[in-house]
Amino acid sequence: MNPKTKKRLVWVPVMILALFWLMITGVPFMYMVLSTFKQRFEILTNGVFAFPASFYTNNYVEVLTGAFWTYFRNSVLVAAVSLTILLFISACAAYPLSRLKFKLNKPIFGLIIAAMSVPIHVTLIPVFLMMSGIGLYDTPWALIGPYVAFNLPISVFILTTFMAGIPRELEEAADIDGCGKYRTFFFIMLPLSVTGLATLAIYNAVNMWNEFSFALVLTQSPRNRTLPLAIWEYQGQYTNDIPMIMTVLTLSVVPMIIAFIIGQEKMIKGMMAGAVKG
Amino acid sequence: MQASNLASRRRHATHIAATIFLAPALLFLIIFIGYPILDSFRISTLEWNGISAHRTFIGLDNWGALLRDRNFWAAFRNNLTIMVFSLLFQVPFALALATFLDAGGKKFNLFKVVWFFPLLMSSVAVGFLFRYALDANFGLFANISRLLGGSGAIDLLGDPNRALFAVIGVICWQYIPFYMVYYLAGYSGLSEDTYEAAIIDGATRGQYFWRVALPQLFPTIRSGAILSIVGSLKFFDLIFVMTGGGPGTATELMGTYMYRNAFMTFRMGYGSAVACGMFILITMIALIAMKLLSGKEAGA
Repeated sequence: MNPKTKKRLVWVPVMILALFWLMITGVPFMYMVLSTFKQRFEILTNGVFAFPASFYTNNYVEVLTGAFWTYFRNSVLVAAVSLTILLFISACAAYPLSRLKFKLNKPIFGLIIAAMSVPIHVTLIPVFLMMSGIGLYDTPWALIGPYVAFNLPISVFILTTFMAGIPRELEEAADIDGCGKYRTFFFIMLPLSVTGLATLAIYNAVNMWNEFSFALVLTQSPRNRTLPLAIWEYQGQYTNDIPMIMTVLTLSVVPMIIAFIIGQEKMIKGMMAGAVKG
Repeated sequence: MQASNLASRRRHATHIAATIFLAPALLFLIIFIGYPILDSFRISTLEWNGISAHRTFIGLDNWGALLRDRNFWAAFRNNLTIMVFSLLFQVPFALALATFLDAGGKKFNLFKVVWFFPLLMSSVAVGFLFRYALDANFGLFANISRLLGGSGAIDLLGDPNRALFAVIGVICWQYIPFYMVYYLAGYSGLSEDTYEAAIIDGATRGQYFWRVALPQLFPTIRSGAILSIVGSLKFFDLIFVMTGGGPGTATELMGTYMYRNAFMTFRMGYGSAVACGMFILITMIALIAMKLLSGKEAGA
């Protein structure tokens, strides 16, 4: 057998496997999106693979004219505020960890890394009690503290690595000009870290947008809940109305898919940066 | 004298700056992670519903009950099953997909985009999607079986013997893309030169993979495995949404069991003991895994 045919023969099973996995990931998605254009009993009578009998858009109309926007607004609010705080304070923490010499540098960095493997369950009850105690229980504000804290370790880790890679020349020049640590941070390090911060913003936004456990425990009334909980509430409201539930699912993923289409490269990079945490 | 004075003043200024820059981050970590861990251990010594002023100190009674609690250990065993199957399927499959994308480059962008999709969905959305997609009568498999002339009733999530494996399947669906991206990141860290040098030396693609890429990827594979181990023990939302731990206790996990005790039957004291038990077990297993896996690397 000449090497060329041999090479082709290797590619056959590889392509079959690749197409197989394409189906495994793709089919549930098609099922989800296709179902949104069906009427309630269509799935039961025509099966899930049939094309929608008529392009039924009432599911979307019903969801979008309902409480959906309240959940959406809460999600945007929580993610925006948490993200702003998170990015700023992780940049603040990454600067001394990557640049300044002090005795506790390594131990503090180690402690922050160790916090990555803490399961949220061990904090759920105390945080719930804390939020009840200070009157933030059942408000979107209750989510901000935990969201910042649990995304902090990985963010500090990534930013510290990022800042360590920035050349020192500019800072040294600034130092000679008598520029203090604080001005160096705000006028040199922060602007130079923008690409790192952008990647981190995407990674964390996806996490916060999708977070469920804290939102479940710390909020109760529908008007204070975020989108992942909307899915939960709709499920109770439209029991077994599969097209309706699929519509809510699709609408909750749409912002992420739009973000993905716009910033595909950045997003994959963000995920990669997030992935290298171990 | 003058010089050393200046140096010590500078060092002092550095210390102050470091403290100010680190303070906000440490404050968040202490308030929302450090203090709650300690508080959980404290609450685990109470008999309390979380709301009433009436709380009784019962010492280590909750812990004794936890050690004898069959449901907790059954939940732990389910976590371990998920852990083993996750390692068996996720690591090699994700590595294969990443290798494929790395070899194909831009040509395979369509694959990359579609394979990436599950990562964009929340666990809740994935859970609900599959709760219906795996429905015994109206789900995907039921429909496929009907197309092939079968009876069309395939119960995956409702059958106690199959539910855990169905759940593991969904976990793989959701997380293989994550580890794929992870290993892809590992590949992008390997230098082009190594590949070119290997090919010039007459290595085939396969030889390059087994002899050059794989050993260099080992640290990435190892940390991926540790992530997968820790993640399997922490599982909550996906299973909570998809099966609620059922049927019966077939898919009950430590996380869902803790939630059930603390927030559904309002046994905050016992719920805290479960949470702390979970924390201890996860920390122990993570440490053992790190030790074992790093030992292996030293031997290689």
